[in-house]
Amino acid sequence: MTDLTKKTIAELRDGYAAKDFSAAEVTDAYLSRAEAATDLNAYVRMTPDLAKSQAKASDERIAKGEARPLEGIPLGIKDLFCTKDIETNAASHILDGFVPPYESTVSQNLLDDGGVFLGKLNLDEFAMGSSNETSYYGPVVNPWRRGNEETKLTPGGSSGGSSSAVSARLCAAATATDTGGSIRQPASLTATVGIKPTYGRCSRWGIVAFASSLDQAGPITRDVRDGAIMLSSMASHDPKDSTSINRPVPDYEKALEGGVKGMKIGIPKEYRLDGMNEEIDAVWEKGAQLLRDQGAEVVEVSLPLTKYALPVYYIVAPAEASSNLARYDGVKYGLRVHDDNIHEMYMKTRAEGFGKEVQRRLMIGTYVLSAGYYDAYYLRAQRVRKKIADELAEVFKSVDLLLTPSSPGAAFGFGEKSADPIEMYLNDVFTVTANLAGIPGISVPAGLDAQGLPLGLQLLAPAFGEETMLRGARALEEALGFDAQPTEWWT
Amino acid sequence: MTENRNLLRGETGDWEVVIGLEVHAQVASNSKLFSGAPATYGAGPNENVSLVDAAMPGMLPVINKFCVEQAIKTGLGLNAKIHTWSRFDRKNYFYPDLPQGYQISQYKDPIVGEGEIEVELDAERTITVGIERLHLEQDAGKSVHDLAPRESHVDLNRSGVALMEIVSKPEMRSAEEASAYFSKLRTIVRYLGTCDGNMDQGSMRADVNVSVCRAGNYAKFVETGDFSFLGTRTETKNVNSIRFVRQVVDYEARRQIQVLEAGGEIDQETRLFDVKTGETKTMRSKEDAHDYRYFPDPDLLPLTFTDEYVEEIRASLPELPDAKKHRFVSEYGLSSYDAAVLVADKDKSIYFEDVAKGRDGKLASSWVTTELFGLLNKEGKEITESPISASQLGSLIDLIQDKTISGKIAKQIFEFMLDEDAGKDPKDIVEARGLKQVTDTGALEAAADKVIAENPDQVAKVKDKPKALGWFVGQVMKETGGKANPQAVNAILKQKLGVE
Amino acid sequence: MSLSDSDVKKVAKLARIAISDDDVPHLKNELNGILSWIEQLQEVDVDGVEAMTSSVDVSLPMRDDVCAEGYTGGGQPENVTRNAPKTEDHFFVVPKVVE
Ligand SMILES: [Mg+2]
Ligand SMILES: [Zn+2]
Repeated sequence: MTDLTKKTIAELRDGYAAKDFSAAEVTDAYLSRAEAATDLNAYVRMTPDLAKSQAKASDERIAKGEARPLEGIPLGIKDLFCTKDIETNAASHILDGFVPPYESTVSQNLLDDGGVFLGKLNLDEFAMGSSNETSYYGPVVNPWRRGNEETKLTPGGSSGGSSSAVSARLCAAATATDTGGSIRQPASLTATVGIKPTYGRCSRWGIVAFASSLDQAGPITRDVRDGAIMLSSMASHDPKDSTSINRPVPDYEKALEGGVKGMKIGIPKEYRLDGMNEEIDAVWEKGAQLLRDQGAEVVEVSLPLTKYALPVYYIVAPAEASSNLARYDGVKYGLRVHDDNIHEMYMKTRAEGFGKEVQRRLMIGTYVLSAGYYDAYYLRAQRVRKKIADELAEVFKSVDLLLTPSSPGAAFGFGEKSADPIEMYLNDVFTVTANLAGIPGISVPAGLDAQGLPLGLQLLAPAFGEETMLRGARALEEALGFDAQPTEWWT
Repeated sequence: MTENRNLLRGETGDWEVVIGLEVHAQVASNSKLFSGAPATYGAGPNENVSLVDAAMPGMLPVINKFCVEQAIKTGLGLNAKIHTWSRFDRKNYFYPDLPQGYQISQYKDPIVGEGEIEVELDAERTITVGIERLHLEQDAGKSVHDLAPRESHVDLNRSGVALMEIVSKPEMRSAEEASAYFSKLRTIVRYLGTCDGNMDQGSMRADVNVSVCRAGNYAKFVETGDFSFLGTRTETKNVNSIRFVRQVVDYEARRQIQVLEAGGEIDQETRLFDVKTGETKTMRSKEDAHDYRYFPDPDLLPLTFTDEYVEEIRASLPELPDAKKHRFVSEYGLSSYDAAVLVADKDKSIYFEDVAKGRDGKLASSWVTTELFGLLNKEGKEITESPISASQLGSLIDLIQDKTISGKIAKQIFEFMLDEDAGKDPKDIVEARGLKQVTDTGALEAAADKVIAENPDQVAKVKDKPKALGWFVGQVMKETGGKANPQAVNAILKQKLGVE
Repeated sequence: MSLSDSDVKKVAKLARIAISDDDVPHLKNELNGILSWIEQLQEVDVDGVEAMTSSVDVSLPMRDDVCAEGYTGGGQPENVTRNAPKTEDHFFVVPKVVE
């Protein structure tokens, strides 16, 4: 029998329908593969018993002809999603032992569609990071390596567990979240597809909050079709989330075909950074040419305010985080470092419970909101944000999609960027604008650099332009014909 | 300049006190402001707590429409500007009864802006107090400190309950004004039904801001809007009775004057009122100064509605106390103060109107306020527990108005209605007890003749001292068992005794 | 704008994060590095631009005033307290709070 873990969601769905194999077999294949991949550190917690019983139930439904859209599909869940009766820590020491009595809306949607949960995936602590080095459980390792080097590389972040697991076939697909690029950048570094939908498309209810106005859930998958299938399940209108949009969820898979003929695709000239990696530039140019070849009109556009997006982000996100993370105080759940004085208890618990990067961001966020600095930092940032969003909206009046690189570089080694916070922050330079403006973006694998590491291209669409974006991504994927796989050094 | 009756005498000269109130009124809703947990009082620890109120990771707020409507209603009742665009902000601070680490409140853009209300002090004086704003916010939980020696126990049942914070302008000038304002607010929200006004259960409580300044400086502040003319204020938190508001103002004004006259300074600080001693004491040390880092709550969007929506709510408002007061004056001929006393309690005003409708308003008011309220006061009963119904009292007044009985007999019947004749119609009581007023002139003349004949000494006196006529009237009334019409008796006696 | 040692301590206290004196110099450097980097926003002309606090451009959705069942309703003190480091009779227990 061929390796069942090589199949996409669409292929599994067809195979189940044809009774070629069972969900139990597929689930077992994933479980044993994932259990053997401890070197990757992608899972913080596996749930084999749950997965097996869900697979069994799926097989029963399949036998009765009652298969749901994700029936029997083995999934990994980023540990930022609260899962009922399954410990959820957001890769933070401060959430030690926390077992939610509730299920996040997105993971519930997946369960309702027949998904099988293999376990919880590692991430940067509270999703704050671009390399997975801030996880309390240690960094996830990228299955891709530089040629024959043994240097461990980052799978990107914060959804590094999700990208690594999908790339190494430790699950068929994974949930992820994107606050500044945390789906698209890791997808780019692992040759997977990552979708950040329009803000408000997926419910934030039950997802541990980082920055509320920017956080958005989305899938990481093997290919664009699987991304469309996953997104159709994850997305919903949720009355429990006041920022969830009441708008029907399209069947995204139906939107895939049709190509880019007649589409107008913008290339923002300001995304061509000084001293940018030439290989990335080449991949970008190649992507543009392929789209042109398929009948799209590719035009240069200007987004001069783009360079302010990252500084805006590094005010807004820490500000919101400093407030969102105030609830971790040692009173209601998680870690408590005892002290007879309640204020000392707070200080010690939070010093011990949060890692260095989280502490740094909480302090920045606290500072930019504090008396005397609010106007100069926070308020100004939110005004610049408005200008950035307006500028994008203006550009989208004349183009259907934007094509950009997903990340300014390929996967890098641990410690290579973590010394300087700002150098690390620059990882999100191409992705963060979409979060500020609330628009959707997708990263598709576009090629390998000279060292054999994946590079991704990003397509951006206006709000609720997911269908056009997926059509463009599917066309790009097809034209690129990327099919490289990492060498399986970890098994 | 008008005479200032609010001056406080100090050792070194005269002072004025300036008071502003921040009143927290709990919205009378079934569920909390941002969650579906019950807002009821008195449940077991953490029984009325949803996972949203307990700030579990990933939980999100969704606003209660009813609470928004009550805020708009109350704003209209305060004659205030309703903002069709408002927003919720987070007020960040750490405290164990604040599970989120922030309170969702409205800081820069409240749902209700400026307004004003009339506040009656006594028969002569009514003041107008300006409202700065009204905003919606979450209540905090409660810490219990006496269950263990070194630990506190936290109950989040109140956490997330909807409050309307009504902020006055610093326009009250005495303890009397402050307490009357608080009382008037309570009357208004109870009329509207937006808050039950139950102070014992904490449904309404005031943060009392007090400062003192040298006599004359308040006028300068009013003229210029420059707050530096006012003294530094203290804020005494969670004062939950009208009487306590009065005590806080009196105590704080006296304390502040003493500090200032001794050469000291007033700290801008939060204080607590000690019910037992009637004193206030400082609550938090200065070095722990707060920096609340307000910013718009990114889990919520701006709260918007249309002017039409506001008008719909306005059309559904009940008659408010001030309007009712003015109507009682014009419709029933009451004095403004009597009317204010009657409308102060919605149930009382309804009772009064049931009695007064189609009758002599002043007579009705005097029976309701003097006889009935006196009785209720004595027995510690609410108007809703009155042993005499409005229709009984109305029918009693009918009997007085159509001269079937005298006022004096009416008082007797009132007593009967409380006791052996409880629940009976006064008409039947008059009938059964034969208390009908005697207006038959023949019978009255006979009685008068009898009294005159039997008391020659008094007859002699009355010639010089016409005031002694009253004695004769009393005797004739006695003779007729109190049933005589006193005016008729008076006229007959005057004529017979030749008194003018 | 640049943070002093005492600013760093003040911010840490406001954020309720215990730091030692040894931490102050490197924290100060990192924070000042980030702050001077975000300083570039001062170049942007934001006169008359409204602040954007959300990308969602609809009015706040409202719910009916009913007591909910499930996670967003009451009657679940067990769920509320089951993850707490210390509880007693469904109360959260914390070190004594003194006013
Ligand atoms: Mg206050
Ligand atoms: Zn308040």
